[in-house]
Amino acid sequence: MTDAIAIATALRQHRPRWIEAIPWILGIGGYFVFSDQLAFGSQILIAILFALSLDLVLGFAGIVTLGHAAFYGTGAYAAGIYAIHVSHEPLSGLLVAAVAAAAVGAISGLVILRTHGLTQLMLTLAIATLLAEAANKASFLTGGNDGLQGIEIDPIAGLFHFDMFGRTGYLYCLIVLFIAWLFTRVLLASPFGQSLVGIRENVTRMHAIGAPVGARLLITYAIGAAIAGVAGGLLAQTTQFVGQSVLSFERSGEVVIMLVFGGIGRIYGAFIGAAIYMIAQDQLAKSDPEFWNFWIGLILVLSVLFARGGILGIIDRLRGR
Amino acid sequence: MQTILPALVSILFHGLAFAMVLYIVSVGLSLTMGLMGFVNLAHGAFAMVGGYVAVTLMNVYHVPFGLALLAAFIVVALVSAVLERTLYTRLYGAGELEQVLFTIGLVFMAGAVMRELFGPVPLPVTPPAMLSGQLDLGFRTVPMYRAFIIGVSFVLIALLWLGIERTRFGARLRAAVDNRRMAEAIGIDTSLLFTVTFALGSGLAALGGGLGADILAIYPGYAIEYLVYFLMVVAVGGLGSIRGPFVAALLLGIGDTACKYLVPEFGAFFLYAAMIALLMWRPAGLFGRI
Repeated sequence: MTDAIAIATALRQHRPRWIEAIPWILGIGGYFVFSDQLAFGSQILIAILFALSLDLVLGFAGIVTLGHAAFYGTGAYAAGIYAIHVSHEPLSGLLVAAVAAAAVGAISGLVILRTHGLTQLMLTLAIATLLAEAANKASFLTGGNDGLQGIEIDPIAGLFHFDMFGRTGYLYCLIVLFIAWLFTRVLLASPFGQSLVGIRENVTRMHAIGAPVGARLLITYAIGAAIAGVAGGLLAQTTQFVGQSVLSFERSGEVVIMLVFGGIGRIYGAFIGAAIYMIAQDQLAKSDPEFWNFWIGLILVLSVLFARGGILGIIDRLRGR
Repeated sequence: MQTILPALVSILFHGLAFAMVLYIVSVGLSLTMGLMGFVNLAHGAFAMVGGYVAVTLMNVYHVPFGLALLAAFIVVALVSAVLERTLYTRLYGAGELEQVLFTIGLVFMAGAVMRELFGPVPLPVTPPAMLSGQLDLGFRTVPMYRAFIIGVSFVLIALLWLGIERTRFGARLRAAVDNRRMAEAIGIDTSLLFTVTFALGSGLAALGGGLGADILAIYPGYAIEYLVYFLMVVAVGGLGSIRGPFVAALLLGIGDTACKYLVPEFGAFFLYAAMIALLMWRPAGLFGRI
């Protein structure tokens, strides 16, 4: 393969394809078809955004984390506290959530990126636990065990009120998700994104060709944190409540599982995994909440043993790629 | 001085008991990590199952404490050996993420099964009559049960260290941790060695679970709740070491108890911050070689 062909192939990889419209068609269609379940629909969209942010960190930067909820929770609390104490305006609230989470991501990234393997894993977990502990203790600010209540949000751009059926909330989440997706897609297609893939595939070689590996990973970690923060901020604004569980280990584990089900290291894994997980949980947890964890555990074990690459990986294999 | 000394003794005593339980549960994890580089987050689940076995045998079937612990050790060691041979062995070459997902899956399943069998609340622990009183140290009394935990742990640790330093099995194990390929080249069956080590480590965790049921409550969330403690002991101690985790467990156990006693509001912060600072200074842990 000559250089010209290689470049052409690489460019073609990132050209938009018609199939990429499917999530958005489903998203808009869902608004009309399931108009009585839009609050749940918003939850799915938020989960997708959260999983998408993890995909940057885990799938592209290759940082195995068990503490991604740290950023989700930071964003949720930041947006909630901003709405209560500063302003009810939603868009600036999301910005605050993103900045707060990115700051936490950059600072903790400096720590965790110095280490590898088990130590790194432990540090991600420890930092999330530390924040959860902080949120628990700082009850004057976060409401502690009772959660953050009394969040009021103004109409978006002064025009669209958050209604009790969750219509505005759903479309708000859908638009934010679309922007985040567009951003992620452009980022990953850029030289920056390609260098991340390089780092994931072969760190030594990337060092050898002089790529600033540490800086790239730190920036990606902070960007992933910021997007997770936006997801948390959306949660705070649409449900008008922030509970302590936003920072929990369960939340961190859950989002990893969603991404794994969908397929890691590819944008749409987050979409498929999060949507299927949320719907399955909604259905199964209703009939047998006690054993939901068992099935999740079993599926995890089986997928690692037999179906690496998640649902999208299986589809690829069926298509013979 | 009259008030400081008893508080100090109390902190040291309870901290020591906590540290011993942490060490006994975590040391197996350090060895399996050092030997095969396997990230086994399900290690705490083995401790949990051991705790359930031991406590149930005592509470329901009135089996003597020592026998119940022995049973927990044997049951969990056998189960883990089977799991290692059938499932874990397929993932030795796999990436960290696969190992994490696989073992988290096991943790979820174990937690759900225990919840189904024993319910969501912690199992009540009633120490045998012999151990339920107070032990008089002359200037201060301490709970007999905790003193017993410390005593048993010291015996176990002495046995463990003797086993690793003085026996042929221990020599093979140390050789394999140091340099697996070289050990294989001189004829050590590292695969078998690993199964045995894995089983012994899990069995020890089960023992720790049963022994420490009074300190780390046995309930379905056990494996997740205390995971960060077990990982800290291993990460701070250094992988593949048996002395490192001992020092780390002492630091963590006594530090945690002291923080909870002296600054209950901010206890966890100091501890986590200290751990993070320590790992910034020595990313491979106190006794790590990497």
